[in-house]
Amino acid sequence: MNFDELENMARFMRRNILEASLACNLSAHLGGGLSIVEITATLYGRVLRFDPKNPSWADRDRFILSKGHGVLGFYSALLAAGMISEETFKTFQHNGSDLIAHPVMNPALGIESSNGSLGHGLSMAIGLALAARRKHQNHKIYVLLGDGECNEGSVWESIMSAAQFKLDNLIAIIDYNQLQSDGDSRKIMDLGGLSEKLGSFGWDACDVDGHCIPELFSAMTRPPRPGCPRVLVAHTVKGKGISFMENNNDWHHNRLTQANFERAIAEVGEIQ
Amino acid sequence: MMEITPANARLWSRLGSRGMFGQAILALAGSDPKLMVLSADLGNSSGLERFRNSYPEQFLNVGIAEQNMIGIAGGLAKEGFTVFATSFAPFISMRAAEQIRMNLGYMELNVKAVAIGSGLAMGLLGNSHYGLEDAAIMRAIPNLTVVCPADCGEIAKTVFAAASHHGPMYIRLTGSVNTPVVYQADYPFEIGKAITLREGKDIALIATGSMVHAALETAIRLEAKGISCSVVNMHTLKPLDTGVLEHLCTTTKLMVTLEEHSRIGGLGSAVAEHLAGFGQHPPLEIIGLADKFDKAGEYPYLLDMHGLTPERLTETVFTRYQRIA
Repeated sequence: MNFDELENMARFMRRNILEASLACNLSAHLGGGLSIVEITATLYGRVLRFDPKNPSWADRDRFILSKGHGVLGFYSALLAAGMISEETFKTFQHNGSDLIAHPVMNPALGIESSNGSLGHGLSMAIGLALAARRKHQNHKIYVLLGDGECNEGSVWESIMSAAQFKLDNLIAIIDYNQLQSDGDSRKIMDLGGLSEKLGSFGWDACDVDGHCIPELFSAMTRPPRPGCPRVLVAHTVKGKGISFMENNNDWHHNRLTQANFERAIAEVGEIQ
Repeated sequence: MMEITPANARLWSRLGSRGMFGQAILALAGSDPKLMVLSADLGNSSGLERFRNSYPEQFLNVGIAEQNMIGIAGGLAKEGFTVFATSFAPFISMRAAEQIRMNLGYMELNVKAVAIGSGLAMGLLGNSHYGLEDAAIMRAIPNLTVVCPADCGEIAKTVFAAASHHGPMYIRLTGSVNTPVVYQADYPFEIGKAITLREGKDIALIATGSMVHAALETAIRLEAKGISCSVVNMHTLKPLDTGVLEHLCTTTKLMVTLEEHSRIGGLGSAVAEHLAGFGQHPPLEIIGLADKFDKAGEYPYLLDMHGLTPERLTETVFTRYQRIA
């Protein structure tokens, strides 16, 4: 996909996020799902190597959604990428569904791991990266964390070890939207200077605009710095794309009414 | 495979449970190129020096970071490796409990979490290092198989059985060095299948880990008092061999469980959970550690203090039996 097509994919995803949230008639993690849409669109539309007809292809790139509550920005990307059907996508948050509020490992649907509890995904990604290196496989491991998630001590255990093990086949992206469940991250547990912190831990760290697809693409795909895991601190807006949700933590986890749905969908724009 | 002979049994007993685990892993490595062994900076204390030196590519020290270790183990297992992740019992079972729940339980990844020095074996290092509650916690996590081998020979059996068993496990190693020998000769070992070591008609002594040998010694002492005991090695705490329990229910007058673990949540609880479903069963005496953090001491001192030596066990079981006889 070219960048215009990726922008279009992001609009398609936002539309589907809103429709699935309305249809389930339950609270959903809209804010943190919308903030990652450009990141997952860039990954699933252009960067990741995978085969929807063969989801367990051994040489596929791996993607772990460590911030498991971001599923709306993940399932909608899997839908756009043809990994899950529209019929399956429509079961979002239905009783007994494969697509609930946090990912449940499902190789057939391209969901690599079960998440939801924060601070687990980067450790698993390190295991996947070590396995790829040991098996002389060239695929890459991508893992998406939340900034609030970085409050977890286990995240820092894994940050240290990825650098120690020189995993240059590992690319982490941190959704740096600066809002967590109880409010402003800077007031709760300030991660200020996150990319500098990560750089000092031995990572190839950079700041990117997490809603700028060309910038994300370039940062994800430039050649690795030998022996260094890479991290993109993706500056994002929680609730991105829907004006009344942007930077409004009421939409961390909330139910979409018909009236709000209509206001929101009008802002998404037409799919080409 | 490592064959149990009288000479091996003597040698392995001197190595103790940690040294034996290291030997078994070393023997396994040659036959399993997919083996990976992870340690949270306790490789030396876990008997893994020779493995690390012989197979450096298959050994990973993740630093003092048990949570990260289990996540990494999960990732490696997902890609087809057989992963043994090791640390001291409380650190692996409690510091990393939720990682075990997610990776081994929820995702059923093929990781064997190995608890070194469980029970009271850490002696004067104190309660911070004891494994008092680990079996209770691990047993409650869906999909986990929990095994607690009876002696060094059975540690070797467990390691080999674990490697060929596809699925998550918690392996609980009790005992220190110069561990008493239960098995002098080779025998068939199967995860989930208890082993009856002795048949008797009065009391069933159902033991796990270090308490299996103590149960055999207790049975001999009770025999001298005219009481005949069955002794069962319940090496697998989950899934529990309920068939053997049902047999004992109808053939004995008192059932006794013995474990170097809190009386809450371990073997005794597992047996009680099963027996509770029966209209009639013999009384059940659960012998284990009291629900408290007690004073520390050397391992033999602790076993005596907690009433887990054959002499003390004989008194306890005899007194209990007199109440029903």
